[in-house]
Amino acid sequence: MTRVGVIVFPGSNCEYDALGAMAQLGVESELIFHSATTLGDVDAVILPGGFAHGDYLRPGALARFSPVMAAVSAFAAEGGAVLGICNGFQILTEAGLLPGALQKNRGLTFLCQSTTLVVASTHSVLTRAARVGQELVIPINHFSGAYTCDDATYDSLVAHDQIVLRYKDNPNGSRDDIAGVASEAGNVVGLMPHPERAMSTLLGSADGRVLLEGFVGLGASAR
Amino acid sequence: MSSAPEPLHRALGLTDSELDDIRRVLSREPNHLELALYGVMWSEHCSYKSSRLHLKRLPSKAVHVLVGPGEGAGVIDAGDGIGVAIRIESHNHPSAIEPYQGAATGVGGILRDVFSMGARPLAVMDPLFFGNLDDARNRWLVEGVVSGISGYGNSVGVPTIGGELTFDQCYGANPLVNVLAVGALPTSRLALAVASGLGNFAVLLGSSTGRDGIGGVSVLASAGFSGEDGAASLDDAKRPSVQVGDPYEEKRLIEACLELLDLGLVVGIQDLGGAGLICATSETAAKGGVGMDVDVTAVPLREAGMQPYEIMTSESQERMLAIITPENLEAVTAVCDKWEIRANVVGHVVEPVTSSDGTTVGLLRVRNGFDGEILAEVPASSLADEAPLYDRPRQRPSDLDAVHADDPTDDEPVGDANADLLDLLVDPAWVYRQYDSQLFLNTVVGPGRDAALLRLAGPGLPASERGFAISTDSNPRWCAIDPRQGTALTVAEGVANLACVGASAKALVNCLNFGNPEHPEVMWQLSESVDGMAMACDALAVPVIGGNVSLYNESGGRDIDPTPVVGLLGIVDSLVSAPPGWNWREGDAVVLVGHREAAGARPFPLAGSRWATRRGRRGGQLASFDAARLVSTFAFVSREVASICAGASGDVTAVHDVSGGGLAAALAEMAAVTGLGVSVARLEGHGELFAEFPGRFVVATSDAEAFVARAIDAGVPVTLLGNVGGSRVRLGGLIDVAVDQVGARRRDALEVALELA
Repeated sequence: MTRVGVIVFPGSNCEYDALGAMAQLGVESELIFHSATTLGDVDAVILPGGFAHGDYLRPGALARFSPVMAAVSAFAAEGGAVLGICNGFQILTEAGLLPGALQKNRGLTFLCQSTTLVVASTHSVLTRAARVGQELVIPINHFSGAYTCDDATYDSLVAHDQIVLRYKDNPNGSRDDIAGVASEAGNVVGLMPHPERAMSTLLGSADGRVLLEGFVGLGASAR
Repeated sequence: MSSAPEPLHRALGLTDSELDDIRRVLSREPNHLELALYGVMWSEHCSYKSSRLHLKRLPSKAVHVLVGPGEGAGVIDAGDGIGVAIRIESHNHPSAIEPYQGAATGVGGILRDVFSMGARPLAVMDPLFFGNLDDARNRWLVEGVVSGISGYGNSVGVPTIGGELTFDQCYGANPLVNVLAVGALPTSRLALAVASGLGNFAVLLGSSTGRDGIGGVSVLASAGFSGEDGAASLDDAKRPSVQVGDPYEEKRLIEACLELLDLGLVVGIQDLGGAGLICATSETAAKGGVGMDVDVTAVPLREAGMQPYEIMTSESQERMLAIITPENLEAVTAVCDKWEIRANVVGHVVEPVTSSDGTTVGLLRVRNGFDGEILAEVPASSLADEAPLYDRPRQRPSDLDAVHADDPTDDEPVGDANADLLDLLVDPAWVYRQYDSQLFLNTVVGPGRDAALLRLAGPGLPASERGFAISTDSNPRWCAIDPRQGTALTVAEGVANLACVGASAKALVNCLNFGNPEHPEVMWQLSESVDGMAMACDALAVPVIGGNVSLYNESGGRDIDPTPVVGLLGIVDSLVSAPPGWNWREGDAVVLVGHREAAGARPFPLAGSRWATRRGRRGGQLASFDAARLVSTFAFVSREVASICAGASGDVTAVHDVSGGGLAAALAEMAAVTGLGVSVARLEGHGELFAEFPGRFVVATSDAEAFVARAIDAGVPVTLLGNVGGSRVRLGGLIDVAVDQVGARRRDALEVALELA
């Protein structure tokens, strides 16, 4: 049975939503405080949304130095499944676990709205249960969500099939409509939209399920 | 001849007779520090000295009320072992001067009120009032306030689920920024702001104390902007009184305080808001009937050289005061260390003293070291509870008869009704897109609809299938004409909004924004408004469980229109399916539920309507508040929607309250969000299109016959209006406009007015 660790930095705020989404999938999960130096007995790790360390300096810039991040890096290097959602994605790019960076939105305002994503690749722990071209209605909720990278990085992303999700109608000015990218091996994924907020039609959409089901389905085999 | 310098007590906002009161309490002359403490504690903002007499008339009792007015927040028993806490407050004057920080710290302050009760904050709403957007300064204020709410609220991790946006010239130099917060708690965690237990410690949690916000309540909140040109001339002099917020500190403070409460480590807890440390220490001591020694040298400071009066009255944000037993200090410190917040013992709970007449008095003593010099020594209750009560003179405005006689209902329609309709439509999405409205996976109906509806769930709460609904409502246009009826109708409007999402109203909180209470006309408006609220709350069985009064909202000698804002909290017993919302479908029948004509002299009153106001017509006669009609209509609509929320299949496909902009706007809004047109065959002229009075709902149904039969059974009048379909909004031969045009105008109106599009 897969067990998921959800990292809590001071200033994280989507940690309980991540736990809730895991519970809806029947998956056990636990909070891991940022001061921890080991991850314990978990099969997959989520870095949730929020404002880790207040997003001071810039989003993710301080969180990469939290003690737990060394353990997350080691876990990722061993092939462990790591998912960064929103602020978690920003932290993974700052920590060098994913390429590129997230800039302020094109319109220089915070955006909380529904978006339609298009699955661009299934070569990742997040998108493996979806199909290429599948459209998913999933909300975004960020100020700094415009994905950017230099041309060499971009060419490498394309060459290695690391662009996993694109916006159908680009809300924030992301390069090439990129909403989510994966590591070359596909075990580390980050995305700005919030799949955990799209788990139930009561709240507007259940399209996040196919992503998170894929993510937790990999768990055991990744270790 | 040179003028004598102003006496100190007046410079601190105290009148000569208030100084005499202080001398009587102390039986001696107060020293400077003591005067400063009374100055902030007896300010209008802290003491409600002009309004308290009137607020007593509001009904506040019901079996489900766990905590009524007077605590950090009101709390109701929502069932399933869950309490819901709610509170509303204004942050008007700080926002007029520094819109980003003014609004941000307004959010921070209201959240502390809610989590000081042991509740986890689950939702924020912001009713905002600005001057007209043709003025560049007003556009700057809008952008600043919205980004302040967004910047603080999103970062602190509480969803902002709605509010209101009102523009009127009267708010030009004095915008209103009201903030409402709702939280939930296991009823077993309910915490109160009481100091008890001799020898217990008062621990200051959170931020260090600086010079920001000194005199915020007395300088800013309890005086108007009296400069010739309104706020602008006083900006620089008053800016140091505006506090600066740190949402990251607040977020950690929330988590730490809830953890302390969960672990049972605190005896009592209170937030530090207006009047800072002196308010929190004197109020908790007064409530506990004990004394408290406060050591000013134990307070961590942001800057050197701060005077005791600055330390005691600073309004530095993100601070709480917890009363704990000495043996728990180590455990409290450990929790605070985990969340990286400061925790310093700044006070000791001490025995009350017996005065000469044999009564016991808890003394608030400010000391230089716990065993050091006593810098101030006053009865705690004299600061907290014994400010003078004023029954200020009231007078009905002399021009009111003329205002009532000038009724736009008699106006001949001029111009194009299509253009009139398009002018009334504003989608506030530009505002609420900047707010995280979804955190905690509870938001079933978010911003921009009649009321917000959320699952009643959160970390640490018992499992529940219930939902809670929130609506904030105000109508200064009505209240300027008739504050009593206007306020009563505003309460009805709030209850109507809750009905649209299937909720029945359980509690009301109010934020009474008025002008200068030293103007008899303003006090008359306040008194009338309170009476109207009491009447409506009695009739609709809604207890008032908290409130806030904001006076001195004026600039250049002109008072704002009376602006009582009500926040209604409702409960949906079973929330497993979303309510229908505005999503009507092709071919549905469109039905008006409720009396088609208003109670009162005019069947279709245009007084106080947006339609009339846009024409510069601000008089006339409002509809009457007819309790019997409203109660049965609200109950019927709420029941219809609640059954859908509970999972029943039904014929009702859309429900929308008829409010601002009247029936025409309600129908156009539903067309705009669905892209589906509507045809209504016959209406009684432009009056029926644009009249505003609560108690009417537009309902779309796939089975008109069945729906009408149920309404008749319930004794609620219904009128078949027409059908959904096509690509045009066609209303009674008066309006014929393409749905696309309606949608585009509504979508773009705000950004065009803000000159962003």
